[in-house]
Amino acid sequence: MSTIQTTDIYALALHHRFQWEEAQQSYVILFPEGMVKLHGGAGEVIKRVNGKATVGEIVADLKAAFSEAEDIESDIFGMFDLAVGKAWLRKVN
Amino acid sequence: MTQVNNGVASSITRKQPLWLLAEVTYRCPLHCAFCYNPTDYDKHTQNELSTEQWVQALRDARKMGAIQLGISGGEPLLRDDIEEIVAEAHKLGYYSNLITSGVGLTEKRIQAFKEGGLDHIQLSMHDITEEINNFITNTSTFKLKQKVAAMIKGHGYPMVLNVVIHRYNIGHMKEILEMADALGADYIELANTQYYGWSLVNRSQLMPTKEQIDEAERITNEFREKVGSKMKIFFVVPDYFNDRPKKCMNGWGEVFMIVTANGDVLPCHSARSLLGLEFPNVRENGLEWAWNESPAFNKYRGTEWMKEPCRSCDEKEKDLGGCRCQSYLLTGDAEAADPVCTKSPHRHLIDEAIADAQNPQLREQPIIFRNDKNSRKYVEGDKERIEQFHALP
Repeated sequence: MSTIQTTDIYALALHHRFQWEEAQQSYVILFPEGMVKLHGGAGEVIKRVNGKATVGEIVADLKAAFSEAEDIESDIFGMFDLAVGKAWLRKVN
Repeated sequence: MTQVNNGVASSITRKQPLWLLAEVTYRCPLHCAFCYNPTDYDKHTQNELSTEQWVQALRDARKMGAIQLGISGGEPLLRDDIEEIVAEAHKLGYYSNLITSGVGLTEKRIQAFKEGGLDHIQLSMHDITEEINNFITNTSTFKLKQKVAAMIKGHGYPMVLNVVIHRYNIGHMKEILEMADALGADYIELANTQYYGWSLVNRSQLMPTKEQIDEAERITNEFREKVGSKMKIFFVVPDYFNDRPKKCMNGWGEVFMIVTANGDVLPCHSARSLLGLEFPNVRENGLEWAWNESPAFNKYRGTEWMKEPCRSCDEKEKDLGGCRCQSYLLTGDAEAADPVCTKSPHRHLIDEAIADAQNPQLREQPIIFRNDKNSRKYVEGDKERIEQFHALP
């Protein structure tokens, strides 16, 4: 079960950087001694995490941007669960 | 060494040099007994790459996909152009890391690094006691390291500590972790000594016992549970005490590329110990050729080069036969299975090394510290010394 609430607000964890990597054709998160490559949808989720938007707003934005995709809400919550679990994100509110 | 990247590289596109290590100088004010630098480093101290050559190398590697940059040495701060290198790295989009002993880090320099966009600083620590710190590094640097740690934290950098573990500090694991916590460490790597370069020379004097390592790991796990997610702790298990070899560098020429002080391009830190293999140099052919085309980088890619028992082994993809340098240094044959593997006909060499470390006569031999004078001896007597490695490091 997800511990993420739609009213939660997240930001990238301290000392972490998110950027597009041309050579890999994907988004990555960089941090001391490590990096992760984010496949398609995962990158789209993290791209919208900015310390201001709530999870609910991010879900709505993604639904609008990818209207043809079905049932993405559970995938988005899954991505938040993973990113919080791995400490790539920190909760700001 | 797979632990270096926290195990995430497996999800990353293959065959791009995602990790670039710039070993900008082999000069170093410390003389650590466990240093993995080549014992003959002295021959590379007079022909270091220029600032312009480093900038060019950074640009070329970035185009090839390099993204994580380590600036290391020797002690990188002995160069006065690290500020320029850092600023260029930031402009190019690298996530950059200065790997330092802390000697030479001043308020002025750290300020410049911050402004230039350096992402983090990895500080080496040696022990909680001044006595062991100063003994193993053959310097008086204990108090300085404490001061530098505070400076790093004060400038808003994550506190990333690296502690090389050996017989002289393994009994202080709990205290070392408590020190890291007190310093506000965000990451700590407890790197059990691996035996290359100077640490191979001093192997019998540095290696702890299996019981000591198990106890150290137990203490680490206990501490990890206590501190939770605020400090990431990596315990790099020493391969000699395992049954299977490490997937060294995540594979030869897979994701790591090293440019050394004199411009040699290597797939791993100690590749030049493989005598007879000629490595490319940025002064001649450039990085793209080095990574994609050079015979050295292609020599041990994949599994085609393997002999038995690796060739027919059902675990060959898992560890790629271990470490070529370790095979060569211990057996004289780079294509032999890493002798750490219990399927290797040379496993007895590892067991003998473990036994040697308990042999009172060997373990009490004086340590040969990493310094210019000792290195010059290795340069002069190259062949003789390397034969000695095989017989009795």
